[in-house]
Amino acid sequence: MKDKKKAEKIIFKTEKEVPLMPMSLGSMLYNKTGAWRNIRPVIDLGNCIQCGICWKYCPDVAIYIENEFPVVDLEYCKGCGICAEECPTKCIAMVEEEK
Amino acid sequence: MIEIRFHGRGGQGTVVASKVLADALAKEGNYVQAYPEFGVERRGAPVIAFIRIDDKPIYDKSRIYAPNHVVVVDPTLVEAIDVTEGLKEGGLIIINSEKNPASFEFPAKYKVATINATGIAVKHKLGSMAAPIVNTAIVGAVVKMLGLTKIEPLLAAIKEGVPTRPEDNMAAAEEAYELAEKSV
Amino acid sequence: MKKVIMGNHALSWGAQLGRAQVIAAYPITPQTQVVELLSEMCASKTLDAKFIKVESEHSAMAACIAASIAGARTFTATSAQGLALMHELLHWASGGRNPVVMGNINRAMAPGWSIWTDQNDSLSQRDTGWIQFYCSSNQEVMDTVVQAFRVSEELMIPSMVILDAFALSHTYEVVDIPDQDKVDGYLPPFKPPVRLTPSDPHAFGGLTSPEHYFELRYKLQKDMEKVPDLVEETGREYEKLFGRYLGQVEDYRCDDAEIIFVTSGTAGYTARVGVDQLRQDGIKAGNLRIKMFRPFPFAKVREILPRAAKVAVVDRNISYGHHGVFYQEVKSALYGRDHDRPPVFGYITGLGGRDIMPETFKEMARMTLAKDKPEEDITWMGVKR
Repeated sequence: MKDKKKAEKIIFKTEKEVPLMPMSLGSMLYNKTGAWRNIRPVIDLGNCIQCGICWKYCPDVAIYIENEFPVVDLEYCKGCGICAEECPTKCIAMVEEEK
Repeated sequence: MIEIRFHGRGGQGTVVASKVLADALAKEGNYVQAYPEFGVERRGAPVIAFIRIDDKPIYDKSRIYAPNHVVVVDPTLVEAIDVTEGLKEGGLIIINSEKNPASFEFPAKYKVATINATGIAVKHKLGSMAAPIVNTAIVGAVVKMLGLTKIEPLLAAIKEGVPTRPEDNMAAAEEAYELAEKSV
Repeated sequence: MKKVIMGNHALSWGAQLGRAQVIAAYPITPQTQVVELLSEMCASKTLDAKFIKVESEHSAMAACIAASIAGARTFTATSAQGLALMHELLHWASGGRNPVVMGNINRAMAPGWSIWTDQNDSLSQRDTGWIQFYCSSNQEVMDTVVQAFRVSEELMIPSMVILDAFALSHTYEVVDIPDQDKVDGYLPPFKPPVRLTPSDPHAFGGLTSPEHYFELRYKLQKDMEKVPDLVEETGREYEKLFGRYLGQVEDYRCDDAEIIFVTSGTAGYTARVGVDQLRQDGIKAGNLRIKMFRPFPFAKVREILPRAAKVAVVDRNISYGHHGVFYQEVKSALYGRDHDRPPVFGYITGLGGRDIMPETFKEMARMTLAKDKPEEDITWMGVKR
């Protein structure tokens, strides 16, 4: 999968290098957690009733609304499947990622 | 250091009386510590408030067991409880009453003084005959009887600290102050 | 400006002078007046802060942590059951390096349901990584809140300003409230090294493997060890500006003492009256009042206590299955030395609001001086047996 980032193991050599507080090291703008995904949501916009439930339920704020329809942000979607589970018209399918 | 205990019933403003007195004395540069008897309170039940006054910082944070003087805001308490408990010998008992001090049967080792705070409060239309707000009048008398301070800081304290009808409260305090006599 | 105010309001005034920006709190006796006055201050805009109403103390601390990580100076207050309810988040605020300042009214833990004072509630939290200050006067409460913001924000460690229920919280004392301008000169705005911001988003407090957790916590302890010197430094600075020194401990007549009491809270001031009465009776007593309990003031305790032949620690608390908390910690501070290690006597008194009087100290002195060494680890003062 061309999105998948190679996870680098970061080890600090001394406590001086460790940040003051437990926090993600790079900016989350560059930490594309979508690389974790094994299955991805695919929304059938023809059957979508624009209720907004998938947008509300996504725990990672990885669905956004564009031209009044939901769009999945694949850079951050982790494929948890909650949107598909909650969709009232079942128009979201969870599809396996290509290897 | 002087320790004074106030006796009243919940809702009469006994605690406010001790607070106003504390404010007045603080204005004159005194150190004060004022607190109610700690517990759950309800209207009509006996309440107690305490005040310590000194010209240097007060470090004793224990309860007052042996006050120098006692103030009884509600005269029915004289029969109901022992207002003299712990009172030091020679202490002054100030009672809100129109009766003569001699008509109270306290041991001879104590002095008694009375002030008709209820009458003064009603005259200035503070509360009603059934539920008069006597605390400012009481404090006016206490300040004169114990020689604690002059009337001016007390009036200033009432003006700042009493939320409703400060002018009437100030007038009541002043009238009580004039009527009272220094007794210690 | 001198005002006669209650201890609870002294906390509110401290938060106002400290220019707290976010306040999230839940009411509990005997803390309610703190929050009442703060909400009035926010409503009248004398305090420019966002007041968040929450449904529990746990949520109050959660809101404070979140506001703090977003870069706001935060304040809250609670007591006993409320402090216990936020326990897991106390660990979060310290581990997450959020400099929240919290007022805690020492109230006895239920059951039996009690609104009177003892120290078990805050001492149960001594391991959570918070700085703890035990205050003995309303003036000290207000001053310490201001100093706490300064110390906490410089080292990014939360702190608690602690006062006794009723004996301080509801007691009116004269407090000299300083000018806002002068306080601004002492306490600059909060400028955290890192904060949550959409322009540079980070995740805070996430999964941390054994590879790094140890070092994060090592750093917290190392920064805690810097607190004593910072308290002294900021305490002296406060004295220069406002005339009142805010240190780690208060040494009263310890120089030539034959017996030194170790006390805290309002008992720490009543002890002075006891000490003066003992001195009049010919007994050279002294009082070491511990103001900063966490971090423990090792250097001061090791310096001052050996001046006396005997030490009497007065605990208004107990660690069940062990002994009084200050007793344990004083003993451990003196352990391992060949000399300068006077025998330490432990007294427990005043639990659940039982009064501690000058006479109590006279009795404890008499009992301590009657023995060469303590015969038991706990001497119960005043328990009806």
